[in-house]
Amino acid sequence: MKPKRSGRKTLLYLKRTWTLYLMLILPVAFAVIFRYLPMTNISMAVKDYNMFKGVWASPWSDPLYKWFDKAFKTKDFWLALRNTLMLNGLDLIFGFPLPIMLALLLNELAFRRYKRVTQTIVYLPHFLSWIIISGMARQLLAPRTGVVNVLLGKAGVGPINFLMEHGLYVATYIALGLWKEMGWNTIIYLAAITGINPELYEAAEVDGASRLRKIWHITLPGIRSTIIVLLIMNMGRILGSEFDRPYAMQNDLVMKVADVLSTYVYRVGIRGFQFSLTSAIGLFQSVVCVIFLFSANALAKRFGERGIW
Amino acid sequence: MVKSRKRKIDDLIIAAVCFLFILICLLPMVNILARSLSSSQAMINNRVTFWPVEFTWESYFYVLQDKAFVRSLWWTALLTLICTLVSLTITILAAYPLIYENLKGRRFYNGMMLLTMYFSAGTIPNYLLMKQLNLIDNPLVLIIPNCLSIFNMIILRSFFHTVPDSLRESAQLDGAGPLNVLVRVYLPLSKPVLATLALFYAVGRWNGFSDALMYVPNPKYAPIQLKLYQIINNRSSIETAQQEGFSAPVASEGLKSASVMFATVPILLVYPWLQRYFITGVTLGAIKE
Repeated sequence: MKPKRSGRKTLLYLKRTWTLYLMLILPVAFAVIFRYLPMTNISMAVKDYNMFKGVWASPWSDPLYKWFDKAFKTKDFWLALRNTLMLNGLDLIFGFPLPIMLALLLNELAFRRYKRVTQTIVYLPHFLSWIIISGMARQLLAPRTGVVNVLLGKAGVGPINFLMEHGLYVATYIALGLWKEMGWNTIIYLAAITGINPELYEAAEVDGASRLRKIWHITLPGIRSTIIVLLIMNMGRILGSEFDRPYAMQNDLVMKVADVLSTYVYRVGIRGFQFSLTSAIGLFQSVVCVIFLFSANALAKRFGERGIW
Repeated sequence: MVKSRKRKIDDLIIAAVCFLFILICLLPMVNILARSLSSSQAMINNRVTFWPVEFTWESYFYVLQDKAFVRSLWWTALLTLICTLVSLTITILAAYPLIYENLKGRRFYNGMMLLTMYFSAGTIPNYLLMKQLNLIDNPLVLIIPNCLSIFNMIILRSFFHTVPDSLRESAQLDGAGPLNVLVRVYLPLSKPVLATLALFYAVGRWNGFSDALMYVPNPKYAPIQLKLYQIINNRSSIETAQQEGFSAPVASEGLKSASVMFATVPILLVYPWLQRYFITGVTLGAIKE
């Protein structure tokens, strides 16, 4: 009796839900083909890629860690690794606290209309591509014709070649990152601030607390967990690399500080056909990234926060 | 309670600092706009700052004479339209079944999708996949491989969750199946969120660069960002002309500014419309179940 009844139950369940499963076919197929299937190609890192044989038939490399070994002996790889860490680290140091401060500032802005206008404008750069931004930067910062140097020249400074000298390139790279994302990254903090109980502010007002005291004792603790979760996510990405930003900005004169892992892998892998070597580098990068992410998450949990999973 | 005098002064200082941020965000764009509308002679003499000097449309006409550039603009517009429709459909299909709490396999499916946000195969394995699927130089490669953003799926799912279950249940009592419920109850209610997602997808495709660079060597299918990148990196510019002592009217600087404007203006056009919604969108995306 029992199995029969459960069989009928299954049939009834499927009759009610089959359209839902039908809907899932496309998204699942997408994830399997374009997100999970390429993971099988990671095997390239331990094979000698042969263009005519394809990924599967290519022979295993001997020893298996051959390409890792080769990568670790390549000077350009270490340079790209160092630059990735350096640029992402600087991004974290400058790019992380600034949106918090800007969010606090916007929150204190007393004029509602003006606040909305400010928000609209500071979010805008987020929607411009790195190609557009680098195109603008090259014109603005050009040593002779750029408006920045023209104005500096009137003040008796320069001309400064922002994009062609090592230290200045790094500074410009970080500054443009701030320009693009600083405003956008305030959104999540501003949302967290609206979640703070207004009674806390009223009580503080009665106690005669100053503006700074209220920020320090109410607003900041109120967004503490948001700050920590975002900090974890950002630390997890310290070895991750964007592609458009460094690729659009770099030029031959500053490759020593501008080349990062993503652009190195593109140049040597896709342009230079060294698929096995660059797969090994990519795998190394992913593994370290995952380790970073897990450690950061564990760290947050130790601080008594929710973490990201 | 009367605001103290110090309070008011503080408010003004804060407003002034915010104005500084506004300037920082806008002035670079204003300068490029001014350059694109100035004569090349004015640019060579460094007379252009934030207002067009010797106003002229000539740079824009130069750009429009470049047939490949104009073609690329239309092609990217078409691509953006197709991508947005395809992506929106798939996102709805991906997010909607998740609101059925007792759907079997729901947790597994959800986990499988979220996992792809943290782990990806990497540049080279992805490139090799496109080769295996024969997608290199195929325009489809600019549409399909990024047609679903898990982040956007989460936003939509979070929004669907805010729709009261009672609405769904009453529709079900009337005999409506899941598809009917989606079309009659959920989609009409989610118009603002769908608009946000459509614009996220559209801006993403319009700004997309690296997929075209890696997977589409054929210049016929080059989207606008790739074209723009090539124009910006063109060596011939006023810089070299000045360094070598020419004073010939080199139009290329104005041409670069105008090209940048062509790629930027569509975004500026949709932006005011978009920004009404995206704050809700982004905040919804922060909820991850």
